[in-house]
Amino acid sequence: MSQAEGIYALWLREIKVFTRERSRVVTSIFTPLLWIFVFGGGLGSAVEVGGVNYQVFIYPGILAMSVLFSSVFFGVYIVWDRKIDILKEVLVAPLSRTSIFVGKVLGGCTDSMLQAFIVLLIGFAVGVQLTPATFLLAVLILFLLALSLVSTGLIIGSLMESPEGFNMIVSFLIFPLFFFSGALFPLGNLPLWLSVITYIDPVTYGVDGLRTVTIGVSQFPLYLDLAVLMGFAAIMFTVGTGAFERMK
Amino acid sequence: MDNAIETSDLTKQFGDLTAVDHLSVKIKQGEIFGLLGPNGAGKTTTISMLCTILRPSGGTATVNGYDILKEPDDVRKSIGIVFQQPSVDDILTGRENLRLHAMWYGVPKDIRDERIDEVLRLVGLESRQNDLVKTYSGGMRRRLELSRGLLHLPKVLFLDEPTLGLDPQTREHIWEYIEDMSRERDMTIVLTTHYMEEADRLCDRVAIIDQGRIIVMDTPDNLKETVGGDIVCLKTANSDVDRFRKIDSVRKVEVKGDHIVLTVRNASENLQKILDIAGKIESVEIRPASLNDVFLSYTGKEIRPETGEGGFVQRIMRERTLR
Repeated sequence: MSQAEGIYALWLREIKVFTRERSRVVTSIFTPLLWIFVFGGGLGSAVEVGGVNYQVFIYPGILAMSVLFSSVFFGVYIVWDRKIDILKEVLVAPLSRTSIFVGKVLGGCTDSMLQAFIVLLIGFAVGVQLTPATFLLAVLILFLLALSLVSTGLIIGSLMESPEGFNMIVSFLIFPLFFFSGALFPLGNLPLWLSVITYIDPVTYGVDGLRTVTIGVSQFPLYLDLAVLMGFAAIMFTVGTGAFERMK
Repeated sequence: MDNAIETSDLTKQFGDLTAVDHLSVKIKQGEIFGLLGPNGAGKTTTISMLCTILRPSGGTATVNGYDILKEPDDVRKSIGIVFQQPSVDDILTGRENLRLHAMWYGVPKDIRDERIDEVLRLVGLESRQNDLVKTYSGGMRRRLELSRGLLHLPKVLFLDEPTLGLDPQTREHIWEYIEDMSRERDMTIVLTTHYMEEADRLCDRVAIIDQGRIIVMDTPDNLKETVGGDIVCLKTANSDVDRFRKIDSVRKVEVKGDHIVLTVRNASENLQKILDIAGKIESVEIRPASLNDVFLSYTGKEIRPETGEGGFVQRIMRERTLR
């Protein structure tokens, strides 16, 4: 009971901070807008992929990207909280480390999902049609992505002492995850080396799942996408609770 | 249960460094107990182990009857902590900080608001409770942290350098709050400090620690008694010091730079004799023995003044520039 309330309090804190630091929201929406309207719109005026306009084609990829970036970078806040000592108050409270991890993950997922909703709304502007059923499926896929990637960010955050160190490690991780996910190109005719890497990248299955439900273009069956995402989320979540257990 | 805290051979090693060395101490229920010592003496490490943040390398302790190794959750529920570094959330209001704390510590919902009002009143922050903490001064933050430490009615309150880096007026206020809390709640308070006057003013008992060991432990008055009298600091034309040793009331003679420092029993009555022997005098200063003299007489060193690396206010300034 008290643990549940503690988790709720941790979540509440993240939401308050998120809604107060507007710059976080603005910057996280700005990048997807550039990709969709400048990159997608510019290339889309000349290019079609798999029978759809390029702007529409990359839209699900950009949706996944916005969740990828905001989720992984959420981990930097725990580095800050430790550096300026406000995490100490939580660490010394009668809360289990698992509860602290769960509270932080839920907070991060909420942040990411709020941003994803805004990008989902932008989808209507580029002509993506969603039914209530596909909308819910898209939300499920985005949530699984957020869950695994917020966990990933927090794992890295729990290991790093400085925000600079965190940013360096994350840049090495986040750009490959994005570029190899097929967010910007179809997976059909890739050279073998590239194909292998895209299949290893778990974000690929998020992008593919989103592409399936939003524009009906897919490489893998939807159940495979969901299964891989669930497995990825379960692994990162488990590793994350362990990482928090060991965090000083 | 007469003792709020008992430690037996509590030890913490960081590699080759022994930060806390076989510390055994009993702290009584309701007492204000001070750990006094220079920076790096092991005060914070000791508190961290008692709060179950750090695991001891050896020995153990009980806090409120709970074993710090076997029952850390019970220990945590029964204690309040004010850290040396500020740990309130800048981007939340004072009241929001307290509300989250109440939820983390399982303060029941129906009495939560009442408790928050009460602690805010105690530290005089009612009028600023709905302002963001980033608009608070260093002293106000410290008061908010004190109130937060009290929110869940802990039986033992740990204060790690509660007035570090604060101006004298704010320090006086904080001292008054601590005294009020101790009196009203019969709460056991363990504080660390390297300010002599803070330990002298607040503590029922003081343990002077250096390099992880307790050197001496007693009431501030008894400790000062051990120095053996008042301190007379002279500057004379004649630099021969042995002549002072012949005076009965002089307990100790030391030379510090161009000053002669005498420890004199009942200095106000025996001053004339000293002055007669001293001859021509350039300056003289008499003061009662302080805890600093106690520390000096036991360790041969002075407690170094804070050099500013870890000050509370400095931390806030750094935090502001970081954000």
